[in-house]
Amino acid sequence: MKTEKKGWKEIPIAGVCWKPSTEYLTGDWKTYKPVRDPEKCKLCLLCVIFCPDGAIHWKPEENDLEFDYNFCKGCGICANECPFKAIEMKL
Amino acid sequence: MFSEWKFTIREIAEKPDLFMSGHRACAGCGPATVIRLVLKAVRGPTIVTCATGCMEVVSTIYPYTAWATPWIHTAFENVAANASGIEAAIKVLKRKGRIKQHIDVIAFAGDGGTYDIGIQALSGAVERGHDFLYVLYDNEAYMNTGIQRSGGTPHGAATTTSPAGTVIPGKPQYKKPIADIMVAHDIPYVATASPYYWKDLITKARKGLEVEGPAFLHVIAPCPRGWRYDTSKSIEISRLAVETCIFPLWESINGEYQLSAPSKTIALKPERKKPVEEYLKTQGRFRHLFTPKFKGVIEEIQRITDKRWQRLLKKCGIN
Ligand code: SF4
Ligand code: SF4
Repeated sequence: MKTEKKGWKEIPIAGVCWKPSTEYLTGDWKTYKPVRDPEKCKLCLLCVIFCPDGAIHWKPEENDLEFDYNFCKGCGICANECPFKAIEMKL
Repeated sequence: MFSEWKFTIREIAEKPDLFMSGHRACAGCGPATVIRLVLKAVRGPTIVTCATGCMEVVSTIYPYTAWATPWIHTAFENVAANASGIEAAIKVLKRKGRIKQHIDVIAFAGDGGTYDIGIQALSGAVERGHDFLYVLYDNEAYMNTGIQRSGGTPHGAATTTSPAGTVIPGKPQYKKPIADIMVAHDIPYVATASPYYWKDLITKARKGLEVEGPAFLHVIAPCPRGWRYDTSKSIEISRLAVETCIFPLWESINGEYQLSAPSKTIALKPERKKPVEEYLKTQGRFRHLFTPKFKGVIEEIQRITDKRWQRLLKKCGIN
């Protein structure tokens, strides 16, 4: 298969990156995925703070959290740091 | 000198990430959390510049960028020179009336780009007094090129260029006290931080931005690949580094040292100071130290840690 190579005129000056990384999903890197037990969660938000990938979103309007599995790499930091043991890493 | 900026965890969680998801740092990357948190401290328009290193590599793989701020990549050795140029340009544009608002400048570099390759540019930039915040995310070796030792690698750590074997017990030399070197430049603000103490970290980043003139923030940033531990432990290890006094938290404002709360507690209640072993045993890079051959090295690490801790207490006026 022939791939179309871009000429220099089509590449931004200095090769500047122009797409936000949020269009690149890293979620399929994971083996284990964090699953939160809402019963145990006290919404302390520490997991939101510590996640290296910004993959846990605090939703003030719903007063709840949402894990974004499109980006979560399954590192387990959130589960390790949760003071209430509300997150379990599952296969 | 500093504003009375107070914030809650909810406010921080609601602030959009300026270091965005979709970056390609390894799972469990300590530096990624550090950069996310530092950028929660910005107070307005901010330009970021990054030395070559892990965080540059993982954040800008063409055509994607993880930076929601204007961002300039530069070579390994000159991120501080780059920051100087940005700050000088902003000054000129202000003088010419082309821009009105204040713009902050942050430089990020790893330990390789700071302790070793970047130190002359850094020394020059702070001597010239440029107004910028320099953040060193210290993962204690050249990680993205395959774990080569740097001036920031601690004594006894195995790296690919200081391998533990029959001859040496990991790195034979000691970690360079880079933050003290920056204090010796007589700059207005120098501080150390750890991501586990996230509030302290964000507060210090903000202080570094607010201060007039150069500010230097040294953040311990554990690396699961290079330090050889499970990806879930990065934040826990950044806590142990403080609790063992291997990486005490302090700030120096106009040359006056003071301990930050987590380390101050240990200074006042020395029984809370944990033995270095508790930190070392969490990481594979120190695994060989627990064999009979290198038994004495742990004692040596304890000795040097205590010596540096005592020296720090003295500087903080505590004895
Ligand atoms: S750390 Fe645990 S308790 Fe806190 S918000 Fe996250 S899941 Fe809930
Ligand atoms: S497992 Fe890691 S990447 Fe996934 S949400 Fe938890 S902290 Fe974030």
